[in-house]
Amino acid sequence: MPDSENKALQAKVKREMTGPAEQTRPGPTFTPAVDIFETDEEITLMADMPGVKAKDLDIDLRENVLTLIGEVASPEGPNEVDVWREYQTGKYFREFSLSEIIDQAKIDAELRDGVLRLRLPKVEAATPRKITVKAG
Amino acid sequence: MIVRRLTDWPTWHWRSPFEEVEGMRRKMDRLSEGLTGGVLRGPIAGVFPLVNVTEDSHSYYCRAELPGMKADDLDIAVTGNSLSIAGERKITDEDKNASYHRREREAGKFSRMISLSDHVDTGKVEARCVDGVLTVVLPKAESAKPRQITIKTS
Repeated sequence: MPDSENKALQAKVKREMTGPAEQTRPGPTFTPAVDIFETDEEITLMADMPGVKAKDLDIDLRENVLTLIGEVASPEGPNEVDVWREYQTGKYFREFSLSEIIDQAKIDAELRDGVLRLRLPKVEAATPRKITVKAG
Repeated sequence: MIVRRLTDWPTWHWRSPFEEVEGMRRKMDRLSEGLTGGVLRGPIAGVFPLVNVTEDSHSYYCRAELPGMKADDLDIAVTGNSLSIAGERKITDEDKNASYHRREREAGKFSRMISLSDHVDTGKVEARCVDGVLTVVLPKAESAKPRQITIKTS
């Protein structure tokens, strides 16, 4: 991103999710910031999920709904007390409905330094089918 | 950037006369948190990255969420009584043919100063960056650690 050069990063409060469904477990749920881009072959999703380990990340795709759930263990030790708090930690949740048909077998996910990179390859375009209307 | 460093608010101190007021404010926040079901939030300095500071009897712990950043990309320094965290978050350019649908992640440079009390053992400060979370451990100087006093019976 050329426009980002020499630009100072602004602090942002993590977006907290508000949904109609209540959580069964207490604690805040955050919406991770994502980049989504598409080429002819695939859709790529990048999500910032700091504090999530690969084993605690759950990616689910069914009926064209992609769900990302990342659990975050509290980073603080048991004897630590707050001196100053500017951000909260909690689980990440985000859902997308995909308009493209995804080749489930070729999905590839990589989580590195708290950033998820999810490749969703498109299914090769189905051959167009011509429907002949019978005259009755 | 220099102006920003100088005016970098809040320049709070752990042993300040306002500590009591601060403690009261935190208690009030906790109370309102209980009432609204909301989240306890400290005042936001507006300087990236947002930090949390905790302490135990041995050390202070300063944490910040820096997804995608490695320890090598960060410039962490403890000089005198301040901790500085600086670096640049880069987001690599993708395929030129890719069309973006969403672009929420941000890149850019950052620099933040956090004032410490002078009771920190600057020589033993350790920093690590795991899963995009930076943790700086600042061991308290011997003089600042709480000490159990045994009462002699005569």
